[in-house]
This record gives sequence, structure tokens and C-alpha cells, in this order.
Amino acid sequence: MSELSSLENDEPLLLAEGLAKNYGRLAACRDVSFALYPGEVLAIVGESGSGKSTLLQLLSAQLAPSAGQVSYRMRDGVLRNLAELGEAERRFLFRTDWGFVHQDPAQGLRMGVSAGANVGERLMAVGWNHYGRIRDTASTWLERVEIDTGRIDDAPKTYSGGMRQRLQIARNLVTEPRLVFMDEPTGGLDVSVQARLLDLMRNLVSELGLAAIVVTHDLAVARLLSHRVMVMKGGRVIETGLTDQVLDDPREPYTQLLVSSILPP
Amino acid sequence: MNAPTYNFAYLDEQTKRMIRRAILKAIAIPGYQVPFASREMPMPYGWGTGGVQVTAAILGPDDVLKVIDQGSDDTTNAISIRKFFGKTAGVATTTSTTDATVIQTRHRIPEASLHAGQVLVYQVPIPEPLRFLEPRETETRRMHALAEYGLMHVKLYEDIARFGHIATAYAYPVKVNARYVMDPSPTPKFDNPKMDNCAALQLFGAGREKRIYAIPPYTTVVSLDFEDHPFTRYRFNAPCALCGADNSYLDEIVTDDKGGRMFVCSDTDFCEQRQAAGHHGTESAAPHKEKAHV
Repeated sequence: MSELSSLENDEPLLLAEGLAKNYGRLAACRDVSFALYPGEVLAIVGESGSGKSTLLQLLSAQLAPSAGQVSYRMRDGVLRNLAELGEAERRFLFRTDWGFVHQDPAQGLRMGVSAGANVGERLMAVGWNHYGRIRDTASTWLERVEIDTGRIDDAPKTYSGGMRQRLQIARNLVTEPRLVFMDEPTGGLDVSVQARLLDLMRNLVSELGLAAIVVTHDLAVARLLSHRVMVMKGGRVIETGLTDQVLDDPREPYTQLLVSSILPP
Repeated sequence: MNAPTYNFAYLDEQTKRMIRRAILKAIAIPGYQVPFASREMPMPYGWGTGGVQVTAAILGPDDVLKVIDQGSDDTTNAISIRKFFGKTAGVATTTSTTDATVIQTRHRIPEASLHAGQVLVYQVPIPEPLRFLEPRETETRRMHALAEYGLMHVKLYEDIARFGHIATAYAYPVKVNARYVMDPSPTPKFDNPKMDNCAALQLFGAGREKRIYAIPPYTTVVSLDFEDHPFTRYRFNAPCALCGADNSYLDEIVTDDKGGRMFVCSDTDFCEQRQAAGHHGTESAAPHKEKAHV
């Protein structure tokens, strides 16, 4: 969205300050601070156990931090501390202004109800009460994520892995959120399906001007989708910067290791 | 007679107090499911243990009790519950809807309109309307608390997507007093409009699930629907074969093994009153004769 005014872009959408999460003596995440601006895609990379998923849960207010805070600029332009939102407000935010794409689509979808109802659920939750309109919107979204609209009445349990993941994306984007969290969105998919999904996500993100936080251990995903990269190790952010800068010219030894561990194409 | 002597209406007074507190809370928050310490009753779950406990808790010596099962006063379940309270509380029983002060019901609301001062007690198998969509009790409670009822429309959406219309014919979800979504127990949706602005107090007891909920008199009860697929009542398109009524809810009765069937009022009291008043259907003109099989 090029029409975003520079003023809007100057104000961060999401602000993390000194975030930490301890499980007993284990520090899963320590002292993470950053700002995410509207329309920006941030990738969080690192190996298993580096604290990526914990950080994502902290940012999306699913976990309470041990220290620090997360603030989010609501649609009315006011920056609010997520910990101070009431549960009703938080849940409302979660199903309108935010999306959350799980690695396992079964967690983010209702596997037993039809694809149309899966996409329409958020609309019905915000008070849509016209079957025809809900269905039209659902089929438009199925088209946008390249699912045959003839399968609108099939349950996702009859879908392939790639289709499920695309359906999950449609379900999240139908309320036109401004921020989407993605947890290993391409994990568990084969390479050709991954490529198609990444292509789709890249287009949607730029069309809708979405901000996104993508957690991945796959540097190729980070390279394709994100503008900025944060590298995590042992619960700390060890390096951060523009994607091509970090991936092509890594500064930290660990990042160098991470980048060099990918087989050259 | 060496039968043990029961406390009035079977339950002990402490239990009745506990149930009454739950009922008062339920009335104060229309449509909200109040947990209560459901007791073992001398009948199996699914036979109306919740309804029986509510009835036992509200029954007084002067009450007149009517019990119906699928609208009928003379099925096993109705007769045994009526006898149960006749024996343990010694209250008067009746089959007349207008004479009764307490009516315990399974699956129907009587056709005759209820009047102020009456209490309708429903037997409820599954009180949670969101249960088959969201299996977690913690989650459904939270959804009720925050009035997040989008999921209920997902069920109706699925009906239309699959069958072309809202095919839910019983336990049709309603919104009570513009706040809580409630399962009206497995009554046919034909009866849903009778709950709205009803003069009688409606109490719902679920024994196995340990929940009581209520609709106070003159409360708005709205059946959920879509703007382009509004709520509709459903009844078989036929008059009652016994009393000729064309506005009552009908049971379909198979009469032979050659496809023969007749439709009769499900509310036996309503049907009998009409017959006594001189209304006739196709089958009631003469006493039944044995049909000779060819």
C-alpha cells in the first residue's frame, strides 16, 4: 500500500521493550526490544530451542512476559500495552486486527466444518448476519488463495497439506488484519508446495500492506518474505538488520554458521 | 407397609435449598447456565434427573403437577415421574395444562398458552449449545462470558451450505434477553416462539451435566438466524387425524407395514380437550374397528 502516509509509517505498529520469559531457571527469551512498522515483514530466525516460538507467543499476548512489555497501535491510533487490555479486547483484537498462522493447520482451522464456514467464522464473530454475503466473501478469499471454489463446502480434513495452509491464511486475512503472526508457515510442506505458498504469501502481504512477524528456521523463507531479520540464539537476539544485509554479510559468527550451513543452490 | 418414608418430594431439605439457590441465580441471569451439585436420583441419567430435581425443589404441598413426555401425558416416563411425586410429595396431579401449576416436560411445550404463576420445568440432556462445535468447557464458558457467539452461526451456516436451509429442527439455539445463547433442550423448533415473552416461568435442569438455567416470565427469546435465511417453524402439512387441529405440532404414527400413517397432535391433553369440545378428525368419528387383513 503505497498510499500509507509517511506519518503513519513513522509510528511503530508493534513495540517490544525488554521482553523476557523465564521458565524457572531457564531463560527462554531475554531482553528483546524492537519496533515493527506498518507494512513491514520481520523474520525471526534461529535454530530449535533458540526462543523464537516463545517470543512469538509473547508478542501475540498468548504468554505473559516475565519482564518487559509489548504495545500495539490500535485502529484508533493509540499505542496500548497488551498486558493492560481486558480479555475481551484482546480476543477481539486477535480475531479482527490480527491473524495467527500456525505451523499445523489443524490448530488454526476447524477441521470438521466446511471451508466456507472456516473462512466465514471471523465475519460471523464480528456480527455479519447475511448468509449470501458471508458465502460470497468466503469464495472470493478461496479464489485469492488459489483454492477451487467448488470445494467450498468440503471440510479441511479432506484437503491436502498445502491447501489446508492456504485455507488457514484465507481464514486469517478475511477480516483484513493489519498484523499477521506466522509460526513456521511452510514447515511440513514439500518443496514445490512451499514455493507456491511463499509466492502467494508474498503477493498477499504486498497487496494488503500487511505487517507480519514470521518465525522460521528456514533462511530461504526469510529471504523471500521479509524485509528485516532478527537472528536468535539462546533466547537472545544476536543480530538484526535488513534481510539481504544479514544473510549476505553476516556479522556474528553464529549467523555466519547459520548462513553457511545452507547448501549452495 | 414397610417402605421407607421419604422427605417431602424425595430430596432432603439441604439439597432443595442448594437447588433453589441455583434456580434463583438462574432466574437473575436469564439463559446463564448455573452449575449445581446434581444428586443421584432413583432413575437413570437421560430420563429426566435434572428436571426431577428442579421439580422436587420447587414443589409445594398445594401444587398441581403435570408431567409430559414428547407432549404426551401417558408415556412411561411421564407416568412414572407423576407417580413418583404423587408418592413422595402427595401432591395433586393432573393432565390438564391449564389446571397445573408445575409442568415438567421432555421435548415439548404444551399447545395451550401458559399463564402467569405456572412453572414449566424442562428436562435437558446437553445444556451447552456450543458443545458440538467447541468441546472444551473452559472455552465455551469464556465464550459465554464474552458473548462470543460467532460459532453458533457457523453451525447454522453449515446447515444452509449442506441442505440449502437451516436444517436444525430441534434444540434450535435461542438468544435470551439479548445476552446469552441458550439451548432450549430438544424441543422442536416449532415450540421456540412460545418461549418468547411467555407468562410462565421456564426452568431447565440438566442432571448429568449438572446445570440449571432459566427464562423468567416475559423475557425476550429470539431464535438465531440469518437475514436471508430467517427462522421458520416447521410442522407436518396435515390436520390432526383425531381432533382436526391444523395449528398443533404433530406426531407421525405408522399404522401398518404398507406405508400407512396418520398424524396426530403430540400434545395429548390439547387433543383430548378439542375432541371433548366436539372437534373431529378423519379417524375419530367412530371407535376403531379391527381391520381385516386381505
